[in-house]
Amino acid sequence: MTSYTDKIREISKRLLKEGKVDMVIGFTKGSVPMMNQPMFARNQNDVDGFAWDGNCGINLANYVTGRSEKIGIVAKGCDSRNLAVHIVENKIKRDQLYIIGVPCTGMVDRHKLTASVGGEIEAIEEDAAGKTVTISGNDFSETVDRVDVLQENCALCMHRNPVIYDELIAEEVPEQTEESVDRYEAVRKVEEMSPEEKWAYFDDLFSDCIRCYACRNACPLCYCPTCFVDESKPQWVGKSIDPSDIRIFHFLRAYHCAGRCTDCGACVRSCPMGINVRALTKKLEKDSLEYFGWEAGLTTEQRPPLDTYKPDDPEQFIK
Amino acid sequence: MKVIQIDKSELDAGLEKLESEFRLIGPVKEKDYHLFTTLTPGQKPDLEYINTRLSARSILYPQSEVMFEFSLDKNDENYAVLKEPQKDRQPTAVIGIRPCDADAYEVVRRNFDTPEYKDPYWLKNYESTTLVGLACSKPCPTCFCTSAVSGPFSEKNVDILLVDNGDHYLARLVTEKGEKLAESAGWNRPAENADETIEKMKLDAESKIKSEVATDNLASQALIDLYEAEAAIWEPEAFACINCGTCTHACPTCWCFDVQDETYGKAGFRMRNWDSCMYPLFTVHASGHNPRGTKIARIRQRFMHKLKYYVDKYEKGIQCTGCGRCVRLCPVNIDIRRICNKMNSYDPETCSCAVTS
Ligand code: SF4
Ligand code: SF4
Ligand code: SF4
Ligand code: SF4
Repeated sequence: MTSYTDKIREISKRLLKEGKVDMVIGFTKGSVPMMNQPMFARNQNDVDGFAWDGNCGINLANYVTGRSEKIGIVAKGCDSRNLAVHIVENKIKRDQLYIIGVPCTGMVDRHKLTASVGGEIEAIEEDAAGKTVTISGNDFSETVDRVDVLQENCALCMHRNPVIYDELIAEEVPEQTEESVDRYEAVRKVEEMSPEEKWAYFDDLFSDCIRCYACRNACPLCYCPTCFVDESKPQWVGKSIDPSDIRIFHFLRAYHCAGRCTDCGACVRSCPMGINVRALTKKLEKDSLEYFGWEAGLTTEQRPPLDTYKPDDPEQFIK
Repeated sequence: MKVIQIDKSELDAGLEKLESEFRLIGPVKEKDYHLFTTLTPGQKPDLEYINTRLSARSILYPQSEVMFEFSLDKNDENYAVLKEPQKDRQPTAVIGIRPCDADAYEVVRRNFDTPEYKDPYWLKNYESTTLVGLACSKPCPTCFCTSAVSGPFSEKNVDILLVDNGDHYLARLVTEKGEKLAESAGWNRPAENADETIEKMKLDAESKIKSEVATDNLASQALIDLYEAEAAIWEPEAFACINCGTCTHACPTCWCFDVQDETYGKAGFRMRNWDSCMYPLFTVHASGHNPRGTKIARIRQRFMHKLKYYVDKYEKGIQCTGCGRCVRLCPVNIDIRRICNKMNSYDPETCSCAVTS
């Protein structure tokens, strides 16, 4: 990934030098493995901090919300889709952005890797060809195929190449297709469950949730000035770790993301407990596709289906 | 201090004896990580664990805890009266707590047990709990306890310290409480030359800790200088932070809570829930004004509290035992070690830090 890193630095430097942007937002290497940090550069000297590898799974669209500067932003496929959502929802203007598109081959799953070894991972290396990942720490070192340790959302991603951009840093990567991956297999499994099985499934899914809200706060869609769980006049949801309040938070949040979620996986990546909150949003993604033929973030021209009204809507309930 | 030897093969039998006297809590792996769990009869703690994903804070200080109950039924004699619920505070023993988590109780106690104010909930739990610590012979790369206020063999706040020595544990009985527990468990075989062995293993473990923080200047730095170090410290650090509160929730030494009333039908509960200075609601006033309304202000509060206000107020070092959880779990790599080193090396003359990473 050194070529990606070099290219990002080079473009950022040029943009700042030419005064095309006031700042560039990208990633820098984290102080611990698998945890790269979003960073900004305001002057040319800072661009050497930028880096790119398979640990850039945070969604950078989250960092442009409501900003007033002219921004260069490093964007993989999903980030670019969330930028499109942001543009449609007036969270940023298209002409404020210079999108540095990164063709993406997926991010590695920090939860899976952490769980796969007995000790703490001290270092992670990807080979130049992008085929393997080597993790090591006290008394262990293991090399695995990169495709086997991708985040689940990345393994199922259909838009690895940025959908909107001003410049690409490399050749486009081949896209996966409906024929090559079955992206709704897990959703169908849950759909097929009996009510009791579903109850048990969701009960278990959220059993360790500590309600820290990392999932929500990592999400570029969750930009409400006050989230419904934080409202106090009236207070919609209890604040304890009562299971029903935890579920209300997750289910309502998921509905707020319907038709807007790009399945970037930032929520799951950020969760300290590795809870697969995508189990909810993926279902809504599937419904959006099946009912409205809609995939989020592919256009800056059209608002998502659940926040538009058409007088000729075929559904009777709306009239 | 007396050191006894407990063969690993006789540990379970001892724990079973303790079951009649204590509620036992220990590290258990149910999903992909270990958490402290109340052990059901016969269930064993996994003492081969490294550390729990979340700290031991919730054992004494549950994330949500009912303080009072009341009734909203006008015909009820308890209508609108706050009553403390009956709580089961049976003697509890935590088996295998790591020294960093045990030392964190000492840190929290400075706030919950003062001459002016005593937190009855925390203190009652603390007093009824015996801590059987487990020394760390293989510290993790992100552990920095030795330069924080703990250490891999720290016995400052455990009642017994277990040291894994192959097929047996060497158990140092640190307090009277610890001696009593060992007696109840039937562990009483004196260990030979144990102090020497433990000392050697301790030095070995300490030498394996590669990560550290510099704290020597924190007390002498002027508070206002650090507070105002926006360009050198707070702005760049605040940029990535998503204010998620993962760090404070995972932390054994964070103590802030929020009081809430909830009702279920006509039954009412006044409870306290953990809060986090990383949340906008933490300081919001009834008027709607928020004196800590920005991300920079919030991130500054977390680190100023842990690394400056606490240091100045108690003169017992930093409010951090170096467990490394926030370092491992922060989704965007806000690393307290980096920030501590920046604060420690900050030069107000030049408005810069000697270290940047
Ligand atoms: S990030 Fe994880 S633990 Fe935190 S609220 Fe979301 S699901 Fe729960
Ligand atoms: S420092 Fe990290 S863990 Fe803490 S609130 Fe900020 S992003 Fe979350
Ligand atoms: S501040 Fe971080 S390293 Fe220190 S005790 Fe808390 S979680 Fe552990
Ligand atoms: S103010 Fe913040 S850092 Fe300090 S104890 Fe409270 S939550 Fe933790």
